[in-house]
Amino acid sequence: MKLEVKNLVKKFNSVLAVNDISFKIEKNKTLGLLGPNGCGKTTSIGMMLGLITPSSGQIFINEISLEPKNRIKLLSYMNFASPYIELPKKLTVRQNLEIYARLYGLKEIDQRTNEMIEDLNLQKFLNKKTGELSSGQKNRVALAKSLINKPRLLFLDEPTASLDPDIGDFVREYIEKYKKKNELTILLASHNMREVERLCDEVIMMKHGQIVDRGTCIDLIQKHGRENLEDTFLKIARSKSELE
Amino acid sequence: MNWNKIFALSLRHVYLIKGSFPRILDLIYWPTIQIFLWGFISKFFTLNSTFYENTVGVILSAAILYDFLFRSSISYNMMFLEEIWSRNFTNLFIAPIKLSEIIAALTFTAIFRTLIGLVPAALLAIPFFGVSIYKLGVPLIFLLITLYIFGVTLGLLVTSGLVRFGPSFENIAWASLFFLAPLGCIYYPVEILPEWLQIIAKLLPLVHIFEEMRNILIYDIVNYSQIIKATFISFIYFVIGVITFYLSYGGAKNRGTLINMGE
Repeated sequence: MKLEVKNLVKKFNSVLAVNDISFKIEKNKTLGLLGPNGCGKTTSIGMMLGLITPSSGQIFINEISLEPKNRIKLLSYMNFASPYIELPKKLTVRQNLEIYARLYGLKEIDQRTNEMIEDLNLQKFLNKKTGELSSGQKNRVALAKSLINKPRLLFLDEPTASLDPDIGDFVREYIEKYKKKNELTILLASHNMREVERLCDEVIMMKHGQIVDRGTCIDLIQKHGRENLEDTFLKIARSKSELE
Repeated sequence: MNWNKIFALSLRHVYLIKGSFPRILDLIYWPTIQIFLWGFISKFFTLNSTFYENTVGVILSAAILYDFLFRSSISYNMMFLEEIWSRNFTNLFIAPIKLSEIIAALTFTAIFRTLIGLVPAALLAIPFFGVSIYKLGVPLIFLLITLYIFGVTLGLLVTSGLVRFGPSFENIAWASLFFLAPLGCIYYPVEILPEWLQIIAKLLPLVHIFEEMRNILIYDIVNYSQIIKATFISFIYFVIGVITFYLSYGGAKNRGTLINMGE
C-alpha cells in the first residue's frame, strides 16, 4: 500500500506538535521516522492511524483519503505495534490472538493464528496469561497481533525498545523475512539507528514537528559528513533550527 | 454493524470472567451482601412499623431492582476501564471497529456480567426472606428492561467522561450512581422529597419504575402507562448518552488522548 501525507498539521491549543509535514512511502518500502523525543513522531503516527484528528492536511492510503467514512475499511489493511501499548494482560496469548483475528474480520481464524504462533515461536507460552510474559515474549506477541490481519501498511513505534540484543535481532530479522514474503509497507519510528539502517529504504528526520531532512541512510550520512546514522542524528538533533 | 466483531469484543470479557474465579466471586459477593443487609433492615422495619403490610417484600424488591441498575451501569464502566487498565485502548481503537459496535458489545456483555451477580442473590432472597422478585409478574420484564437501558445510559455517560478526561475520571465512575440514588426514590415515595426536588426527580425514569414496583407489590395494581413513560424517558437518556459518547470520542481525537491512554 502506498501512504501519502500532505501538509499535515496538528496543533494542541497553542502548541504546534506537527508543522506542515508532507511525505510519501511507496508500496513495499520501509520509511524510518526519526527525531528526538517530543518532535511529533507519535502524534504523526496517531494521525495516520486515525486516532488523532489533524488540524489541517490530508492522509491518503492507496489514494483513498483517511477520512471518517473510509477509516474502518482502511484500518482493516493496517496495523500498529508499540511497546507502549499492550494486549489484555489477563487473557492468554491464544485468546488475545483469536480476539484480534475476529476483530479484524478474518475468516480462517485458527489457521492464521497458528501461522503466527509458529512463525514467532509462541508455542511455549501460548496458554500463559499475556501479563505473565517477559518483555521479549510480550513483544513477539504484540508483533503477532500486529501481523494477524496480514496488514499491507504497518506502523512500528520503537519495536525493539527495551529488548535484549538477541531478541531485538530476532524481531528485526523476522520483519525482514516477513517483508520479503509479503506485500508490506512499513513506517518505522525508532531511536535505534542500527535498526533503521538495517530495515529502512529511506529516512525522514523530524524536529520541532517539522521534517528537517530526508533521504536514504547513506545519502544522509554523506550529506552531513558523518560516519554513521547515529552521528548524523546527533548532528541534526543538536543543530539550532530557525525555530530556536 | 458487524455481529462477528461485536461477538469478538464480548468474547474478550467472557474470557476475562471465565479465567478468574475471584472475579466471578466478586461479581456475586456484592449483590448478595446487599440483599442480606436490606433483608435484615426490612425485617426490623416489619417489626417496628405498620406502614407497609409487606415491608420486607417492598424494600427487598427495591434493593434487588436498584442493584440490577447499579450492576448494569458498573458492568458497562468496568469493561471500558479494563481496556484502559490493560493499556489495550489504542489496539482497540485502531482495529476496524465502529463506535456503534463497541457500544453494542459493551451493552450486550454488561447484561451477562449483571446477571452473574444478581441471579444468585435474587434466588437467595426466596429462602432467606421469603421474598421473590418474580412476584412482580410480567411487568418485571419491562421494569428490568427500562432499568437496564438507564443503567447502560449511565455507563455510556461515564465512559464518555473516561474518553474525554482519561483515567482520572475513574472516581466519578464509581460515584455516579450514588449521586442519583436519593433522587431515584428507590426506598421511599416521591412525596418525601421537597416539591422542587420532586420536579427534578420525575425527570428520571427511576421514580416511575420504583413507584410502579410499589404499586404492584402493595396495591396489586399494574399501571402500564407509568411503565411506558419510564421506558420512554430511559430511551431519551440513552440517545443522549450515545450522542455524548460520540462527541467525547470526537473531542478525544482532537486532543490526541486516544493514543497511549492507560495507567
